[in-house]
Amino acid sequence: MTAEARCVWLYAVTADDAGLPPDGASGVGGGRLRAVRAAGLTAVVEDVAEDEFGEAALRRNLEDLDWLERTARAHHAVIGALAGHGPVVPMRLATVYSGDDPVADTLRRRNGDLREALLRVKGRGEWGVKAYAAAPADPAPEPPGRPGDATGPGAAYLQRRRAQLSSRTNARQEAAAGAQAVHAELIRLSVSARRYPPQAPGLAGQTAPMVLNAAYLVADERAGEFAAAVNDLTGRHRSVLLALTGPWPAYSFVGGSGTSGEE
Amino acid sequence: MTSSEIISSGSAGAMRGVGGGPQTTNLGDILERILDKGLVIAGDIQVNLLDIELLTIKLRLVIASLDTARQAGINWWESDPWLNSLAADGSRGKELAEENRRLRGRIQALESGERDNGRAR
Repeated sequence: MTAEARCVWLYAVTADDAGLPPDGASGVGGGRLRAVRAAGLTAVVEDVAEDEFGEAALRRNLEDLDWLERTARAHHAVIGALAGHGPVVPMRLATVYSGDDPVADTLRRRNGDLREALLRVKGRGEWGVKAYAAAPADPAPEPPGRPGDATGPGAAYLQRRRAQLSSRTNARQEAAAGAQAVHAELIRLSVSARRYPPQAPGLAGQTAPMVLNAAYLVADERAGEFAAAVNDLTGRHRSVLLALTGPWPAYSFVGGSGTSGEE
Repeated sequence: MTSSEIISSGSAGAMRGVGGGPQTTNLGDILERILDKGLVIAGDIQVNLLDIELLTIKLRLVIASLDTARQAGINWWESDPWLNSLAADGSRGKELAEENRRLRGRIQALESGERDNGRAR
């Protein structure tokens, strides 16, 4: 036996004729990527150390945010590189096997699902659109309280504060309606769409509340049109600020129909 | 593949990069995609991500803003399979909600029927 026990980390499944990323590309464990082929499909894998990526180690490591970030970025980088060569079905983070045989077995057992997913994402990319509520305009400043007025500075403050809060609530509602309209329009340009829960403020370097966090599967030849539409929608819906990301590998659209949440 | 975020501002009506340049892909964006999206096939070394503390990390990433969304009247996540799976089994939760709705409807129908009967008498 070797001193170090190994297991197999699965990144993605591609069509059999798809290339591997260039040799320089390294994965979550810093090792080389290789292919496991079966039933007309290719699984892109890396041999990783069991003491870092085995079951017990994963339970421990996944709780370590630094490890998680490093691993998540490496996993994503490999899948992104693969997506540059052809359709890919990305695997969820931490899909790990004890060896090549069970990987090949998966390619055979899930052959139908995998082929269907490859077909669905072929020639298409995932675009992310987030909408943030635009900052409300500050209500017009109150005229300074007249001396001897019954409303003292305390009451004036409360009044101002109330106006500010209600203008904020209105802005939120307008932003929600704007987000809904943007989403409806973008759905028309996409093959399918999925909404994610909004991210916490601050995550994307934005302090404004997020009112839309969605992914759209868009045909490659319509990507330009899609981006232009996002730009155009921004001009038309002043209640929201839009952020576009992509193209992503089609992470959000390879699950079964039950999980894709298509709208 | 790099996915840089582009903020499009309403007033300018033009696309520009946040902070004036391309930025590295936001970790939250990656995590929300690779943790529960992607094809879920259990490897033979199984780690149920939902069992792990990681879940709470993810919660911190996404849920903190739910109150904000709720105030704005957005409630679609209540049927989000992932979020539902937190409380209980997702489909079961949906079933219960559905059953609940049916029963409420039924009660309402019965009650209005009683009132009508009362009037008829």
